Amino acid sequence: MSAVAQNKTSHFQSVKFKKKIVKTIVFIILTLGSLLILSPIWWMIATSLKDMKEIMTYPPTFIPQEWHWSNYAETLQKAPFMRYTLNTLFITVLVVIGNVLSNSFIAYGFSKIQFKGRNVLFALVLATMMIPGFVTLIPQYVLYAKLGWLNTYLPLILPAFFGSAFFIFLLRQFFLTIPNELIEAAKIDGANHLYIWWKIIVPLAKPAIATVAIFSFNGAWNDFLGPLLFLNDSDMYTLQLGLQVFKGQNDTQWNFLMAGSLMVLIPVITLFFIFQRYFIEGMNLTAGSKG
Amino acid sequence: MQLNTDASSSLEKSKKTKRVMSLEKKESLQGYLFIAPWIIGFLVFMAGPLLFSLYGSFTNYNITSKMDFIGIENYIKMFTNDPLIWISLKNTLYYVALSVPLTTAGAVLLSVLLNQGVRGTRIFRTIYYLPAVLSGVGVYLLWMQLLSPSSGLVNTLLGWVGIEGPAWLSDPAWTKPALIFMKLWSLGGGMLLYLASLQGVSQSLYEAAEIDGANSFRKFWHITVPMITPVIFFDLVTSFIGAFQIFQEAYVMSDSGDGGPANSLVFFNLHMWNKAFEVFDMGYAMAMSWFLFIIILVLTVFNLVLAPRWVHYEGEDKK
Repeated sequence: MSAVAQNKTSHFQSVKFKKKIVKTIVFIILTLGSLLILSPIWWMIATSLKDMKEIMTYPPTFIPQEWHWSNYAETLQKAPFMRYTLNTLFITVLVVIGNVLSNSFIAYGFSKIQFKGRNVLFALVLATMMIPGFVTLIPQYVLYAKLGWLNTYLPLILPAFFGSAFFIFLLRQFFLTIPNELIEAAKIDGANHLYIWWKIIVPLAKPAIATVAIFSFNGAWNDFLGPLLFLNDSDMYTLQLGLQVFKGQNDTQWNFLMAGSLMVLIPVITLFFIFQRYFIEGMNLTAGSKG
Repeated sequence: MQLNTDASSSLEKSKKTKRVMSLEKKESLQGYLFIAPWIIGFLVFMAGPLLFSLYGSFTNYNITSKMDFIGIENYIKMFTNDPLIWISLKNTLYYVALSVPLTTAGAVLLSVLLNQGVRGTRIFRTIYYLPAVLSGVGVYLLWMQLLSPSSGLVNTLLGWVGIEGPAWLSDPAWTKPALIFMKLWSLGGGMLLYLASLQGVSQSLYEAAEIDGANSFRKFWHITVPMITPVIFFDLVTSFIGAFQIFQEAYVMSDSGDGGPANSLVFFNLHMWNKAFEVFDMGYAMAMSWFLFIIILVLTVFNLVLAPRWVHYEGEDKK
């Protein structure tokens, strides 16, 4: 009897031991993987601080022998990055406002008000996600050209105020988790839908709305196709477009190119570390509704 | 007396139904009001352009002077008189066929590793996800430097393990693998999606399997994978659609869209872009866009049809 018991404990101990080994191996793999994932970012920082002679030496150095901080000042002098930043910020802020307002408004309609054809229309919203953007790109370009909106920010900003399928979907999923009793109670107190949307649902859905805000910030900040297509005047260029032009002018000046790239990426990296949980929240909402 | 109350109550009832009806109507109206921005956006930015592009694909539209109906001439030209379109289609299929399975498998594997509950999981998750939020020209420039044959990081690291790295972006055979390599760096988005769904898999399933003596591989294959198939399915469908539309990477990483060495980076959308906005052959470009749309549509339908064979929905039999 006791032999059996002992056998059992030793069995459990060996299972425990095995699990510990597995965990250690996984930990080592993940650590090596992390180094691999982070190395390009370190490489970018290092390259941005080297001079061209060092960049061209073989084998390459991982830590700059001399730290040329002046590369950043020179990069800023070579192209009007300040101008580009202001332009990009202007567009991005308006796009974020537009997306937050329109998508929460539309998602409220799709989740908290009963009306005929709601499900069919919502299916249509989802279906539009499957349409490749390039099919509508040329006609949209033609439309903006006829309206005389080329070389203005309108084509980049205005669509954000009319909702986007993915954000509507995301917010609707979140709104559905808010109990309807809250709305019924507010209605009895005489509140209308506009009031309930703005004063009850939006404050309760802050995490999901933050997710939408951050995703749309990222989208607008990184948008290259829109500015490339709609903007001609170099005074109006955004960072992405400016960087592309900068690339053409400084073909093999890797230190300046990396310095420029890093300056464009740093706001996104910073935002990521501050608001990480909202990025993850968005993914959880998406995964949750698919699982 | 009896009759009277009945009558009055029925009168009240009909009044009530009327009021309910009008309330319902009012409610409906408000519903439409709330989704009105989307409806307007859908008509102006989606439905209208779709119709315009469908009609335009049968014309010789060039945005300035002409828009004559020319029947299916654009489509005939596509199949008979534009060799580059087949090159672009081949390049695109190559990219799709490699990048989608690799990123999906990589993301699933990574999420399973991250779900083992080792120390520092949160930090690992942050690190692996970071590249996924970085995109745009800055990232492409970074990878052009990383992939630079003699002074780049990739070939330096390959050199450490005794592999002589290729010339990547200047060797026609390696340009597409280079882009796939870059894509793999940012598989953290998918990873996060899978991690979220893995955390929803009930622990009791694993415990039951352990009692039955299942090893780790069997547990992974028979419990983990089936439980996350709905997310894999969603990820595959959206990744396919996305991968077919690859454009920016090729545009920035070849010289402003010239298609790289030996046309190896001429993807379908890059070719379409050049047709539409370089030579303004917009009718033709719109026909091209419908061709791609149909390919994607067929593939998506194919995916949907195949789905019941391998996608496992929890609680399906209850429905």
